[in-house]
Amino acid sequence: MTEPVSPSTALDEHAPDIDDDAVESADQELVVEDLLVEEVSIDGMCGVY
Amino acid sequence: MSALTDELKRGLDAPICLTWELTYACNLACIHCLSSSGRRDPRELSTGEAKTVIDELRELQVFYVNIGGGEPTIRTDFFDLISYATTSGVGVKFSTNGSRIDAETARRLAAVDYTDIQLSLDGADAATNDTVRGIGSFATAIAAMDHLAAADFGPFKISVVMTRHNIAQLDDFAGLADHYGAELRLTRLRPSGRGVDSWHELHPTQDQQIELYHWLLDRPGVLTGDSFFHLNALGSGNLEGLNLCGAGRVVCLIDPVGDVYACPFVLHDEFKAGNVRDPGGFPTIWRSSPLFLELREPQSAGACASCGQFDACQGGCMAAKFFTGLPLDGPDPECVSGHGQEALAAVGAGRRPPSTSDHSKPTPVRFIPRTSPARP
Amino acid sequence: MALRPEPFGALAYHYGNRKLNFLRSPELVRLVDDLEHFDSARAAFDNLDLDDGKWPVYGQALDALARSDFIEPVGSFGGDRKVDR
Repeated sequence: MTEPVSPSTALDEHAPDIDDDAVESADQELVVEDLLVEEVSIDGMCGVY
Repeated sequence: MSALTDELKRGLDAPICLTWELTYACNLACIHCLSSSGRRDPRELSTGEAKTVIDELRELQVFYVNIGGGEPTIRTDFFDLISYATTSGVGVKFSTNGSRIDAETARRLAAVDYTDIQLSLDGADAATNDTVRGIGSFATAIAAMDHLAAADFGPFKISVVMTRHNIAQLDDFAGLADHYGAELRLTRLRPSGRGVDSWHELHPTQDQQIELYHWLLDRPGVLTGDSFFHLNALGSGNLEGLNLCGAGRVVCLIDPVGDVYACPFVLHDEFKAGNVRDPGGFPTIWRSSPLFLELREPQSAGACASCGQFDACQGGCMAAKFFTGLPLDGPDPECVSGHGQEALAAVGAGRRPPSTSDHSKPTPVRFIPRTSPARP
Repeated sequence: MALRPEPFGALAYHYGNRKLNFLRSPELVRLVDDLEHFDSARAAFDNLDLDDGKWPVYGQALDALARSDFIEPVGSFGGDRKVDR
């Protein structure tokens, strides 16, 4: 089953190191951009009701 | 570059946001209240002390506070405090049962900037809701929503604690939110506060957890406060959120008497980090309390280390484990792979920790009218 | 809008739309801070003395921040950007 790409999964500890030379697909472009800026919902961290 | 969540687990120099319960006083007595609220505590922070806390939050650049309780609008300085916060640059969301939001209050709230409102509702109809929150509470919440709509407040949040009895109403909740142009927020029932007594009967079944997970995957616009990340172990993709326990790392709770806890779901001495009245106030507690420093250490997967799903679920919620008597380095009681059920079966009767914080009103004596004349 | 320095870079929070962004490099944070002092984003980037090959990544990062309304472009299309606080 395919996993949807989202910022949190794109940067989990099992993601391979991003090599700039290997950037090709649109998905990779998204990940490169998310390397420097990651948008997270202020509601998206557990511990506030 | 390490994963963002790795850095967040080590804790930040200041919280991103936090929950601040202003009072233990409440006009309701919801059966699952995580703060066991009802009676005001005489040691409540004064208005001046509360403003000092706000000053400290401003200096730390905490982005917003979730103001709750009890019922925060019961405090006579409620409006004073929320406007002090917002004008200081600390955003406010307050959680309320709506009982004090009449037409005039709704208009007054509509005029305050950077203030978000979250109305609590645990059923899409009075029968379902009032069983948990008390007779009349559904009508009260709906009336508050109507007043906010009439006052053009704009989008507010409707927050639902998911239970065995309302999972079937997911679409109804979405419809209700749509009707008001509100944001729907679903959160997890924890066995915390008064919730510990009814948790075994109220928490969703495994089938309901699966249903909820897929319903949420289809609706990324529904908020969850990242409270269902244990469901990510079901493996069809992660729900929206950081998939991270933020307690003591990026969030925490300040209670009505100034005690600081790791999060709202662990109002227990075991997770108390200090009191804002201590020298150094809140900033010192956040930066150097032994409890928070310990939480920011790498946590052991323990019994979950051999499970392939651990990366997805992070072992679940420490509050859920603590209050059901499970070890913190093991499965969540609602582990979707069933490991929690096994662990619960092994928990002895005395292993659940006794409460160290209870502001519940005494159970009212039920007066049963005579059906026959009194004997002479 | 608040920009709060962190060891990994900075947190940026927009009070109006409640969007939270993690800026994951201290150089990016400095770039954002410097924008208002330069005629163009590219000029501000050049002033940082980073490898030229990194400009696309930084440019895309600025685009992401602009989409969240943390910064706004002024002047010609694709050229100047200034910080909107």
